[in-house]
Amino acid sequence: MSQNKAKSKIGQLDEPELAPLLKLSGITKSFPGILANDAIDLTVKQGEIHALLGENGAGKSTLVKIIYGLLKPDAGTFEWEEGALSLSNPAQARSLGIGMVFQHFSLFEALTVCENIAIADDQKLNLKTIALRIKEVSDNYGLPIDPDRYVHSLSVGEKQRIEILRCLLQKPKLLILDEPTSVLTPQETLNLFATLKNLASSGCAILYISHKLAEVKSLCGTATILRNGAVVATCNPKLETAKTMAELMIGAKLHNIKRPKKSGSHDNRVQINKLNLKSNDPFGMDLENISFDIQKGEVVGIAGVAGNGQTELMAALSGEVIQTGSHETIFFDGVGVSTMRVAERRAMGAGFVPEERYGHAAIKEMSLKDNALLTTSQKLNLVKKGFLQSNEICDLTHKIISDFDVRTTGLEMETGNLSGGNLQKFILGREILQNPRILIVSQPTWGVDAGAAVFLRKSLLDLAARGCAILIISQDLDEIFEICDRIAVLYQGTLSPLINTESASVDQIGLLMGGKTTE
Amino acid sequence: MSQIFQFFPKFVLEPRLEVSGKWVILSPIIAIILTLFSGVIIFSLLGKDPFLALYTFFVQPLTTMFGITELLVKATPLVLIGVGLAIGFKANVWNIGAEGQFTMGAVFGGGTALLCQHMESILVLPLVLVLGTLGGLFWGAIPAFLKTRFNANEILTSLMLSYVAVLCLSYLVHGPWRDPAGFNFPESQIFSDYAMLPILIENSRLNLGTMFAILVVLVAWILMTRTIIGFQLRVVGLAPTAAQYAGFKQSGLIWLSFLISGGLAGLAGIAEVSGTIGQLLPSVSPGYGFTAIIVAFLGRLHPVGVLFAGLIMALSYIGGENAQIEIGLPAAVTGLFQGILLFFLLACDVLVRYRFSHRSVLTGERCE
Repeated sequence: MSQNKAKSKIGQLDEPELAPLLKLSGITKSFPGILANDAIDLTVKQGEIHALLGENGAGKSTLVKIIYGLLKPDAGTFEWEEGALSLSNPAQARSLGIGMVFQHFSLFEALTVCENIAIADDQKLNLKTIALRIKEVSDNYGLPIDPDRYVHSLSVGEKQRIEILRCLLQKPKLLILDEPTSVLTPQETLNLFATLKNLASSGCAILYISHKLAEVKSLCGTATILRNGAVVATCNPKLETAKTMAELMIGAKLHNIKRPKKSGSHDNRVQINKLNLKSNDPFGMDLENISFDIQKGEVVGIAGVAGNGQTELMAALSGEVIQTGSHETIFFDGVGVSTMRVAERRAMGAGFVPEERYGHAAIKEMSLKDNALLTTSQKLNLVKKGFLQSNEICDLTHKIISDFDVRTTGLEMETGNLSGGNLQKFILGREILQNPRILIVSQPTWGVDAGAAVFLRKSLLDLAARGCAILIISQDLDEIFEICDRIAVLYQGTLSPLINTESASVDQIGLLMGGKTTE
Repeated sequence: MSQIFQFFPKFVLEPRLEVSGKWVILSPIIAIILTLFSGVIIFSLLGKDPFLALYTFFVQPLTTMFGITELLVKATPLVLIGVGLAIGFKANVWNIGAEGQFTMGAVFGGGTALLCQHMESILVLPLVLVLGTLGGLFWGAIPAFLKTRFNANEILTSLMLSYVAVLCLSYLVHGPWRDPAGFNFPESQIFSDYAMLPILIENSRLNLGTMFAILVVLVAWILMTRTIIGFQLRVVGLAPTAAQYAGFKQSGLIWLSFLISGGLAGLAGIAEVSGTIGQLLPSVSPGYGFTAIIVAFLGRLHPVGVLFAGLIMALSYIGGENAQIEIGLPAAVTGLFQGILLFFLLACDVLVRYRFSHRSVLTGERCE
């Protein structure tokens, strides 16, 4: 480690063969109450793939927003192609050749793919030209997308493709990607990596933010690790192990999660029999003949690429969409719940964590206290005779924050100020503290950093150990293999049979995700 | 040109971590001061003595007891309706038809009063009030039904029903309910004393309706901040998907919003005819139902805010009339002042969520 630290001080000026494209020195940025970036030095050279690693709140997002001209640093210098300058807005950054793919997409749901790209296009091309260029670039880089589709009808994975395409159309010199692979299949990830390596070899530098250390190892030539707003190390990920990098990021030893051996008890908590559901969304995916079961204390994983019916399955299980069939298809604890609404299913001991965190699982504009109350009002005696019990709600919020290590400035804080990982800890904490008998979670750790992801997965396993039946709908195969007892794959609205994790291979699941059966 | 990031001590807006309670109160006060300041400029340009004009507009109406009672009389329906609308608007239920619900309150309550013209009982007044409230409630229930059953846009249905209600009243006072001894004027009989709201201060029109308004403000405040219903209304307004996920019954909340705002508008309507007017006329409202929409927003959809906004709006009406009479200002000045006030208020509202900072910070665009 000491070697790395020494290296970070010298920066990378000891390798003069590539000209530095971007050079930041002493970048400092503070927000009310937080020093987000503390004298950060970063050099990105032409054609390199540079990883930016760090926990939630380590300052990665702030740093890349500074590079992209969204934020102005309080101090420090910004050099682009060896000339110092000051960016005042993203349009200026784009004109320099900086492109960025955000973790949270900035897309207009009511517009088409083409229109969304046209809006951010500084060259003011007409829609027809843009549609043609989209086709061309998407074919070149293996990012298939229909320019005329409306964004609201696309899956998360497809939305991300728009963001990547949007940048590639600008022919960037530096492409910044924030957690880009979290929505892709292993095969798609390999495609993306090929695209990125292609881009890099043509001279485009890539700043790659990810918490998937194995990816960073296989893709990136340099990694800068941030912790608490400061650079703690700059290293070559190919010479490090995933574990050493993770420990640098977190500043502590990382414990591997141990999935406990299943006891083999049979207690059917969840039984789904031939669930069929027509999607309300014209571009949605109809569910066909879905059947599976979850036993007490078991974690079942549903893998699959976004847009294959995950949203519809989640809505059917939670009761947000009620199917209108004549026979019971969904059983909780042996009781048919098909016609029950969300509140009634919750009353039976079920908990739900949907994929979309803001606007669905939590409300941005409301305080943490209000968000703690959102799903707990029936169960935890927080309401008496219609009146809110303020003290009890405060106690619960405190308990969520302390038990689940949510970093916040107070109970009245607007929830929109929480970072992705902290928000998910808060949401999962809220559901777990209700002691559910059944918990259904969609994308539990999407866009969440390594430290928080480990914590969330461990919380889920602990809950299963206490007897809860858990369903994980996730696109993160590592996660599914890490915590699930049995795995099924959702493809085009149909579910593969459940496979025991011990006898499943990543290749086999990856192929099922792409619609190919192994027979 | 080599240029380094400099940090001049300049003022920039940066988002606050929490909504500032101090600024929620300070913002309208600053807005009023800025409005007065603009008033000085406008009156000077019109060639009037600005201070005399401001005095006539904003202070003189409040110098007499009668002026103050008239202010309260005008503010009462605005507050009653505004509170109801604010509750609905919080829940994203856009009841634009309070004018119609107000009118139906007057029709149902006034009709009851005419039916009971010869009953000498203290029960007449409560009956009149209850029927009036039910009239508004019923008129609010129609768009609620259309919305929850057919997903019809409530803005259109409630607005169109306003005209239906106003024409209903017009028909009734021109026809069946016309006072036979009224020399063919389209007016109903004057209500009997048993159907009238008691006057609070002698020689004024200030009546018990004003007390209802204050009570309604308090109850609505408690409802919105202390009860699960208020919480559900706020959630459904901010994030309908989250409300569904939480298991709140959306259609129930739409019904509730309409019943509350319709009922309160109906109460305002019957309080107006049985407290202030004393009979049914072809038109019982100078547009209270529509002005209350502005009142609800001026009051930031908060019941206590609505109370103050109602008073300010009432003052601008009375001051405008006074300024026309006393110094011959055009009638449009009233609307002008209302517009300027709304403008400054919305501008000052930015400071509730943002603050000025000395440090060089955000460059405007925030990204998610």
